[in-house]
Amino acid sequence: MSVMNMIEALNSAHDVMLARDENVVAFGEDAGYFGGVFRVTAGLQKKYGKTRVFDSPIAEGGIVGTAIGMALYGLRPVAEIQFADYIFPAFDQIFSEAGRIRYRTAGEWSVPLVIRTPYGGGIFGGQTHSQSPEAFFAHMPGIKTVVPSNPYDAKGLLIAAIEDPDPVLFFEPKRIYNGPFDGYYDRPVKPWSKDPRAEVPEDYYTVPLGKAAIARAGEAVTVLAWGTMVHVALATAEAEAIDAEVIDLRTLVPLDIEAVEQSVKKTGRCVIIHEATRTAGFGAELAALVQERCFYHLEAPIVRVTGYDTPYPHSMEWDYFPGPARLGPALKAVLKD
Amino acid sequence: MTSQSERRRNRPALSLHVPEPNARPGDTPDFSAIPIPPAGSALRPDVAAPAEETWPLCTTLVRVLDDEAKAVGPWDPRLDPETLRRMLRDMVVVRVFDDRMYRAQRQGKTSFYMKSTGEEAVAVAAAYALDGEDMCFPTYRQQGLLVARGYPLVEMMCQIYSNRGDKLKGRQLPIMYSDRARGFFSISGNLATQYPQAVGWAMASAIKGDSRIAAGWIGDGATAEGDFHSAVTFAGVYHAPVVLNVVNNQWAISSFAGIAGAELTTFAARAIGYGIAGLRVDGNDALAVHAATQWAADRARANLGPTLIELFTYRVEGHSTSDDPTAYRPKDSGAAWPLGDPIQRLKAHLIGLGEWDETRHQALEEEVAAEVRQAQKEAEAKGTLGNGHFDDVETMFEDVFADLPWHLAEQQRAAVAEAKARGR
Repeated sequence: MSVMNMIEALNSAHDVMLARDENVVAFGEDAGYFGGVFRVTAGLQKKYGKTRVFDSPIAEGGIVGTAIGMALYGLRPVAEIQFADYIFPAFDQIFSEAGRIRYRTAGEWSVPLVIRTPYGGGIFGGQTHSQSPEAFFAHMPGIKTVVPSNPYDAKGLLIAAIEDPDPVLFFEPKRIYNGPFDGYYDRPVKPWSKDPRAEVPEDYYTVPLGKAAIARAGEAVTVLAWGTMVHVALATAEAEAIDAEVIDLRTLVPLDIEAVEQSVKKTGRCVIIHEATRTAGFGAELAALVQERCFYHLEAPIVRVTGYDTPYPHSMEWDYFPGPARLGPALKAVLKD
Repeated sequence: MTSQSERRRNRPALSLHVPEPNARPGDTPDFSAIPIPPAGSALRPDVAAPAEETWPLCTTLVRVLDDEAKAVGPWDPRLDPETLRRMLRDMVVVRVFDDRMYRAQRQGKTSFYMKSTGEEAVAVAAAYALDGEDMCFPTYRQQGLLVARGYPLVEMMCQIYSNRGDKLKGRQLPIMYSDRARGFFSISGNLATQYPQAVGWAMASAIKGDSRIAAGWIGDGATAEGDFHSAVTFAGVYHAPVVLNVVNNQWAISSFAGIAGAELTTFAARAIGYGIAGLRVDGNDALAVHAATQWAADRARANLGPTLIELFTYRVEGHSTSDDPTAYRPKDSGAAWPLGDPIQRLKAHLIGLGEWDETRHQALEEEVAAEVRQAQKEAEAKGTLGNGHFDDVETMFEDVFADLPWHLAEQQRAAVAEAKARGR
């Protein structure tokens, strides 16, 4: 066991898999010699050589397109898209190609590919370094969507994603790379080193895809969250002294529907929180699933706490970011009914 | 001091140039503006030559067969007569197959078909120059690759009919073949996506120290896609062992190649900007296609990186069965194409060598027609799209992922129940 922040845990996942499977390669913009703008692949080129960890041209469509070709050959590429905001030039390769190749060839070909990408706000990154586009990918057939919320899960989920036979979109909540930020932006930042979820084995282990975690057990209300929002939910429950059950979904597709159902049937109330814009966000899908499956257990309307349907603003970051000030009143409102 | 608006008033009005082909329906096809250098006139650089030695070849045409169908000049691949006869046969198979399947579509046996008439050499000759284990990332008019690599015609037809014999389980539009065993990657209707994939496959082969190379095909129109640019950039940057073919058949559905930039320079000349080797080839000359592909493949195998090959040819028929080319170009434009017909030219060459004659050719055509008819009979016994097509509803949900997740299992149960309720 070592204490790792999320960057170190993700780096360790790469290290373990590059050593374990000679078909694993990692590449992306600035990902080689320099080790990535967030340092996730730092030191790996030196250790594994520059044909296994390398820099790519600035062309997200090219990164994903060539990564698909590598996967078709039999490699297990881990492609980095420097910011999730930059992923859109690769949309066609992800949506029309990676997600469908197994299907359109009736299993003759498959694409064991991981696309890692830092997402989310809270870093004053403005419109093009702050967005949360996970719902686009959750909407795509044939694509798995994973979002870790702590160093232990980050490493175990990334290893599971690399070993998965299908394409995985791996969203890394960049605001919590260095510490479990809980939305209280005016308080000192906590480092991961003070958190038990930063105890990470140095060796191989996996956290299975498609399984949620109960981040906090509770009886009063279920909060469905992923990424940075898990910490916002935990902190808000604490601050408001509400006995919330916080479900960290960890994988959006395939969703752990049993965990969601069990919790909501128990609490009878459900709040969904995500950073992404509200309309047609993944929260809408969750709300529909919960009412389809738990309607007769619900004692209050399902509430969504989300980012707004605007581009991500720069100076008004904390007015936009769904923190405890937005979640707290929502929890109280749901409990009032 | 003049104001901004006064200064602007004195400038000429800007105008937008929208390229227009030189002949439309009702006009006589006119290809006189196309420079056609004599066969044998293009120099052949050493396979290991620096890329820039190929750049003069990007604005001429590598041609081997002259007007008398004699093989001339340094690009003559010197193939033995048996290989030439096999290439001719495969090209005839493709043409006869296209005619039968086009008719099958017109008879309502399938939804869609695309012929490659006039472009048979582009695919067949390339297949003969590549090794059988080299990986092909085709676009939709390279059925000749499958024929040359021995994929059974029945399999192709079952795919076209989406019938019980369709190994793709009726999921793909007709002609979107896939055959892993013969190194033929699944065709995508989203054009150009295969180009960076071909480059990535080639990069992987180089990463693993393999000796197999990749080849990709794209049309003139789709070179405008961003995927073309990123593919050639990556191929150049990493010296990927890949042959990048641009099939310039002059038409992208109804848009002539000028809409993709052909008025400005050749497609082969794109190679110059990327700093890679480039060749412009008479695509209706099977020997020239073979020689250029062989040159590029040898270069890739020697770790000298990619070659961009423009195959200059003509789409004789419509884009597909959903297209009527008489709506946008002269009716008989294919017959007027100055570079002739690839099958006729190879046939004449073999006859000139004393290795073929009209009687044998007629016998070949009859034999191929019988073979294609027989394959069609076998394929139709397994159903056609309108009748006994692939309709196993459960299978609609398979292969989305390796495993069936709960949400797809749930939808599968619902779909099966719905099909049952509809009386299926």
